[in-house]
Order: sequence, then structure tokens, then C-alpha cells
Amino acid sequence: MYSSQFPRDLFAEVERLQREMQQALDPVSPSIRGFARGYPALNVGSTPTSVEVYAFAPGIDPAKIEVKLERGVLTIEGERAPVARPADGKTTLHINERFEGRFSRVLSLPDDIDPSAVDATYRDGVLRVSVQRRGSAQPRRIEVQ
Amino acid sequence: MSTQGRTQTQAPEKDARAEPALLPPVDVIEDATGITLYADLPGVPKDRLNLRVDGETLLIDAEIVLAVPQGMQASHAEVQRTRYRRAFTLSRELDPEKVAAELNHGVLRLRIPKAAHAQPRRIEVQVG
Repeated sequence: MYSSQFPRDLFAEVERLQREMQQALDPVSPSIRGFARGYPALNVGSTPTSVEVYAFAPGIDPAKIEVKLERGVLTIEGERAPVARPADGKTTLHINERFEGRFSRVLSLPDDIDPSAVDATYRDGVLRVSVQRRGSAQPRRIEVQ
Repeated sequence: MSTQGRTQTQAPEKDARAEPALLPPVDVIEDATGITLYADLPGVPKDRLNLRVDGETLLIDAEIVLAVPQGMQASHAEVQRTRYRRAFTLSRELDPEKVAAELNHGVLRLRIPKAAHAQPRRIEVQVG
């Protein structure tokens, strides 16, 4: 992995480790495939009416990102071109940390989602996939007679 | 090559303490006329990107802005900070006055030209 993961600030690092341990113990982790770190990084959140997935995928042509939802499994796939550099042999690549190549991330969504109400937008290098939850699954207040 | 390793990362003490930040991955390419730096800053709009050249230090400081629906509860987060920060030490032959920057789809592209006197010149050899 790249050098950004090497300790720089000891206190921040300890804090990060603590958070990671907490996260590893967290029983609501999405799935065994979605948990692994990779490209793009994923943040997932939910509201009573929707599930929101944020994929941090900078520098990609939005038309070339493939978002699929099949049987409750969301797949985000695409390809990122290597950094542009003239092939005349007169350039030097000093640092090369950015991801390049094909990527695919898979995430299990909750059972109550509505596969027909999916909305994906790409802005500032972040792909946001918003999936509506079925009305019946939304908490309802039941009047007591 | 004498140009190897001229850009090195440095986290200035005062900034490192300020607020924990993510270290964005970068690519740095050098050619005869200058250096091009690409940094991944997903989620950063143009108005939240702050680039500063302070002496020989180039500082990238940026803030992530996500459209989050009201009342959203996070269930899984791989990006746990809302700020990117990274500093580089420029070398003397680079011209900090002429740094050009563009931000496109969350990728920052910085072009730092070499000062005119540092650009390669072909020296004619006179045959006497």
C-alpha cells in the first residue's frame, strides 16, 4: 500500500487504530466483500427512507462508471486510466501513489430497498448512489385504540 | 539523475496538530520544463481547495463537502475525516510564482514550471 498509510502523527495514528478496531467489532458492517479497503473508498449511511452509498472515485468519466443493483447487491465498477505522461522517455515519475486500473466494489444492501428507485450522481469525484427503501419498511406509528 | 527525490513530503508541525487530515495520494512527474503533480481529492469543491506556497513549501489543504440527507446515520465509513492535507518542499529551480492549478472531478492537477534559467539549454560547441 502507499506511503500515506505510514505513521506520520503518532497521536492521530493511535486514534485511527482505535477507530478501526471499533469498526472491526461493529456488528453492522455491510458484508464480507464490502468491508475490505480498496478503490473506491466507500461510505454508507441510511435514513428511514433511503440508503446512501458514497464512492470516492476521483478522475473518472461518469459515463464509464457502471453501477448495478442485483438481488440486493450493489456493484460499482469501472476503470481508471494511468497517469498521462509522454512516452518520449524524457520524464521522471517521482511519486506514483494514485490508483490505476480496473476496480470493482460490491456491497450488500438491506432487504427493504426498492430496486426500482435508484439514483446515482457524480460530483467532485464522488459517486453517490441513493436507493429508496420500501414504504412498508418505514417505521409507522400505530394508533392505540 | 540529479533530480531524483527532489519533492519530498513534509508535514509542518503547526499544521499536523491543527486538525487530523487525510493524506491524499499523489503522482509527481517531472519533465524538462517543470513538474506536474496530480492529487486525488474526491469530494472537494473548488471553493474549499486552499493552495499555498510559503517559502519553499507547497501546501495542499482541502475540505470535503458531501450532500448528506438530513438525519442520515453512517453505518460504514472508510473515509472518516473531512479534510485533506499534504505539504511538499519545492526546490530552488522551481518557480513558485507560476504555479497553475486545476481541479476536475476531484483530481487536482498542479503545474510548477522551472525558472527560465533552470531550463535545459543546448550549448553550441564551436570548432575552432
